[in-house]
Amino acid sequence: MSRARLVPAAVAVALIATGCGTPETPAGSNSDAGITIFNTEPENPLVPGNTTEVGGSRVLDALFTGLVEYRNEDAQPVNAMAESIETKDSKLFTVKIKKGWKFHDGSPVSAKSFVDAWNWTAYGPNGTQGASFFSQIEGFADVNPKDPDGPDGPEKAPAPKAEKLSGLKVVDETTFTITLSEPFAVFPVTIGYEVFAPLPEAFFKDQKAFEANPIGNGPFKFVSRTVGTDIKLTRNDDYQGDDKPKFKDLTLKVYQSRESAYADLVANNLDFMEELPPNALAGQKYETDLGDRVVQRETLNLQTIAFPLYAKPYDNAALRRAISMAINREEITQRIFEGTRKPAESWVHPLMKGYQAGQCGVYCKYDPQKAKEELAKSGYTGEILLLSNTDGGHQEWAEAVANSIKNALGVDAKFVPSTSFGEFRQKVNAHEMNGMYRAGWIADYPSIENWLTPLYRTGASSNDGLYSNPKFDAKLAEADKAPSEEQAIRLYLEAEKMLAEDMPAIPLWSQTTIAGKSNRLKVANLHPFRKLDLDSVEVA
Amino acid sequence: MGFYVLRRLLQMVPVFLGTTFLIYALVWAVPGDPFEGKCGERDCPAAYVSAMRDKFNLDDPLLVQYGKYLGNLARGDFGETSAGLAVGERIATAFPVTLRLALVALLIEAVIGITAGVVSGLRNRGFLDSLVLVSTLFLISIPVFVTGYVVQLVFGLQLGLISPTVTSPTWGNLIVPGFVLASLSMAYVARLSRASIAENRRADYVRTALAKGLPQKRVVGVHMLRNSLIPVITFLGTDLGAFLGGAIVTEGIFNVPGVGGLVYRSILTKDGAMVTGVVTVLVLVYLLMTLLVDMLYAVLDPRIRYD
Amino acid sequence: MTDQIAVLAPDKPRGLFGDAWHALRSRPLFWVSTSLILLVVLMAVFPSLFTAADPGLAQLSRSRQPPSSDAWFGFDNQGYDIYARVIHGARASIVVGVLATAGVVVLGSTIGILAGFYGRWLDAVVSRIADIFVGVPFVLGAIVILTTLNASGGAGPVRIVAQVVLSLVVLSWPVSMRIMRSTAIAAKQQDYVKAARALGASPRRIIFKHMLPNCVAPVLVYSTIALGAFIGVEATLSYLGIGLRQPVVSWGVMINSAKDYLRVAPHALLFPAGFLTATVLAFVMLGDAVREALDPKLR
Repeated sequence: MSRARLVPAAVAVALIATGCGTPETPAGSNSDAGITIFNTEPENPLVPGNTTEVGGSRVLDALFTGLVEYRNEDAQPVNAMAESIETKDSKLFTVKIKKGWKFHDGSPVSAKSFVDAWNWTAYGPNGTQGASFFSQIEGFADVNPKDPDGPDGPEKAPAPKAEKLSGLKVVDETTFTITLSEPFAVFPVTIGYEVFAPLPEAFFKDQKAFEANPIGNGPFKFVSRTVGTDIKLTRNDDYQGDDKPKFKDLTLKVYQSRESAYADLVANNLDFMEELPPNALAGQKYETDLGDRVVQRETLNLQTIAFPLYAKPYDNAALRRAISMAINREEITQRIFEGTRKPAESWVHPLMKGYQAGQCGVYCKYDPQKAKEELAKSGYTGEILLLSNTDGGHQEWAEAVANSIKNALGVDAKFVPSTSFGEFRQKVNAHEMNGMYRAGWIADYPSIENWLTPLYRTGASSNDGLYSNPKFDAKLAEADKAPSEEQAIRLYLEAEKMLAEDMPAIPLWSQTTIAGKSNRLKVANLHPFRKLDLDSVEVA
Repeated sequence: MGFYVLRRLLQMVPVFLGTTFLIYALVWAVPGDPFEGKCGERDCPAAYVSAMRDKFNLDDPLLVQYGKYLGNLARGDFGETSAGLAVGERIATAFPVTLRLALVALLIEAVIGITAGVVSGLRNRGFLDSLVLVSTLFLISIPVFVTGYVVQLVFGLQLGLISPTVTSPTWGNLIVPGFVLASLSMAYVARLSRASIAENRRADYVRTALAKGLPQKRVVGVHMLRNSLIPVITFLGTDLGAFLGGAIVTEGIFNVPGVGGLVYRSILTKDGAMVTGVVTVLVLVYLLMTLLVDMLYAVLDPRIRYD
Repeated sequence: MTDQIAVLAPDKPRGLFGDAWHALRSRPLFWVSTSLILLVVLMAVFPSLFTAADPGLAQLSRSRQPPSSDAWFGFDNQGYDIYARVIHGARASIVVGVLATAGVVVLGSTIGILAGFYGRWLDAVVSRIADIFVGVPFVLGAIVILTTLNASGGAGPVRIVAQVVLSLVVLSWPVSMRIMRSTAIAAKQQDYVKAARALGASPRRIIFKHMLPNCVAPVLVYSTIALGAFIGVEATLSYLGIGLRQPVVSWGVMINSAKDYLRVAPHALLFPAGFLTATVLAFVMLGDAVREALDPKLR
């Protein structure tokens, strides 16, 4: 049944193959040119399973090609290294990979390359960041047992019972099977993330050497890295995929701030930067600075404010609704963001398949009168705190939101900044928030499910506010097992609707990302995941 | 002299231990876990956190941790960052860039500062003197980040005269950031040399030199300068130490890949190993620098003898 | 004390401070800087004398409006009244400057005079400890201390200010300690101290009655200049996002939030930066004047 779900993927491959897949050189573009794009210093070793932060992902994304990739037009998954992914019960998946692919060191990419890589990442003692992405695969608890008293506690985690996930089996050179512990219909959509990339034999022989000189299977090969300055890649001429780059060298330059990168972009010293800093957006200065070099598109992120439902007074649903109605989204998106944000009225991103507007109803509309009524119902009159880190350009809007609440409700609403993201996250993770807090979400994979399950299901991985609604959970479970995508979407939407009364998080706005390119680039498109679509770049 | 240097070097040992311990404790003994928040908008897997805690010995008592760190340091091993990069190597690539920037700044500061100071000191209470006094007052009062920002915006973006950031840290490219970095100290140097010159102008040896008929040029250039520059050189020496560690703002604005940016980012991302490593090096440099300045002092002023 | 006496009885022979006061009185620079400082202090103590507007009221509808007759300095990006905020921001900036200077002077001079007077092992230990704090570059040290202190988060205004003051004091006391120590060492050799000792005065009496009044001048000069510098450093730390922050309003905080909008709303940066510069300037000028007055060689 689930094969139906993968049909769009297959069609998409065909489309792309006829579209621009053949390595024809577009007229008038320089296919031997090199470009320089913005990056931040990778915070982790350059190993796919161990990098979940954006500075490292930009590099790995160019170096590796996974089973599926998300196409540029609508972020839908299309088969990349996968020939096919089939399932009958959404629990056992059979993956066939394409033949003839090679890693940059010449060794072939086989089913084993995937299975070994996934096993390595999931194995507890390897301590990878990406391990939790494999938690749905059967046998995860055996390779990555829970530490009984948390990682800070004196007790060590028990030794894993197994070294390999029992749910992964190599069938032959190009086939392997994945067994999940529970049926999960959208699983094939989730595996385009770099964490699921294959690893060559060389990695398992000498991990240190691999980290210094990563070997992938993607459109670009690693050349050199000057830590703190740049990473240089070059085109992989033996690349088998459809997304062959139309230029030669790719330099990912490390910047300490987006402001300084923007200064370079304006001076044409930098070829691409995927998100302009606040000083460029202010007063739409970027339009005069860059002119036709502005690149923009709606990307898959949604800004929300989450509530610590474990702390008073935020366990009060009426108060939560009052706060939501006291936020003037329209004015803030216009004044602070210069119209580059769109007020949100649902918890699911508008670009998602099945998105339905207005799921939040009146509770996401600015209405000081109604907000005051709800506040009176809640019986709360004390201060309201909004917490956010300030190192990612969040200060301005968070302050504006706090002021909006203060002006509309007449209560003392304060913005409380934390200086670094790490410090902020630590408190969120430890459930120590004493106020509502910023909670941005960028889709890991483009499915309506990704906007609900990880965030609001009881005990889910990113349900930091500890929201719990058994009816909502039951609806999600029903949707996960739904026989067709249409039915699943309908059920997910019903679940989403339940969030409105409870308001576990306030949807604020979705984003139109403003990027910029240099005058050397003829074409450079932005991907819905807020990154440069390398495949599209053409150098004049 | 030899005994003096040896004594000074021995005195450095407790200072070195104290500083590194202080920084180590501050960076690592922060409440909470330094590795949470490394995994984006989601919890880090518990196995990742415990692997990292093992790597940095965080489950040991603080003194034991510090002991282990010192042990590694004695073997020349600065440890690894959580990204698995050797801290020693990172410092080795970033430090020369900052040193270069500091030297450029020092040169600008010395040349402009001393010239302005000497000229205004010789013409006491003239127009030039007042000009130098007023302009240095302003330089002292404006924070460096304002100067840097304005220079980048006006000369880099609006006039297009300079590259807004340092694309590669060559001597020439570092002149503008060097200028910004030097601006504050330049004012101090100018005032210091002015005061010093003004004081020495009335000194007996100057009168003697003039009385015995030496040309004015020689009196100013040799006799007066040599005596007046002693405090200035002390200042310049300690300033070099300050530049090496204090260029955080300037390096950030102009994207210079040096120590300042490295350490600032490391503090924000809680990369304790890197912060401790960089500060250790900076403290060593500072201590050696002060020793050097004191020795230079004795060379320049024969009245000073260390024994 | 001494200067009061000097004013009351101008014909009597004047002490160092009386002399200095006499020299200062005739300098326009001194009067300009003190009146500027008095004005700023007045703003810090009684902001309501200058403005009736609420510095905490932000209305996005008036965001980035230029100066007008209603709002003399215009509005910033959040729609705050810049004039009201500049006036109210003086308090935090001045408090940080004054408290940090007071802390540095009291801590540094006490330790310095003791180290200078007793010498020997006390001097050695204190000097090495001072080396530790001087060895760490100032801004870097402040960042490390403040990020550690900030880690607990959720701080109130008092705690935020206290943290910044604390870090400034911890990193700067060695400077005043060294100044005091060297003057104390020089003073110890002077006849008046030897005489006091011969008369059997206790060390405590010698230190507080005899040495302190004679050694305080250089530290005093340092403190006026340091006060201005600390106000500037506060702004730099706020610029880096770790110094003062919401809900505290200071000039540094205002500069930090206005810096991204320099090109569309320059007034939001100009006014706080102007007040900051003028205040620092006033203290530096005062320091200059006081130094010249206290140092006979410069007169």
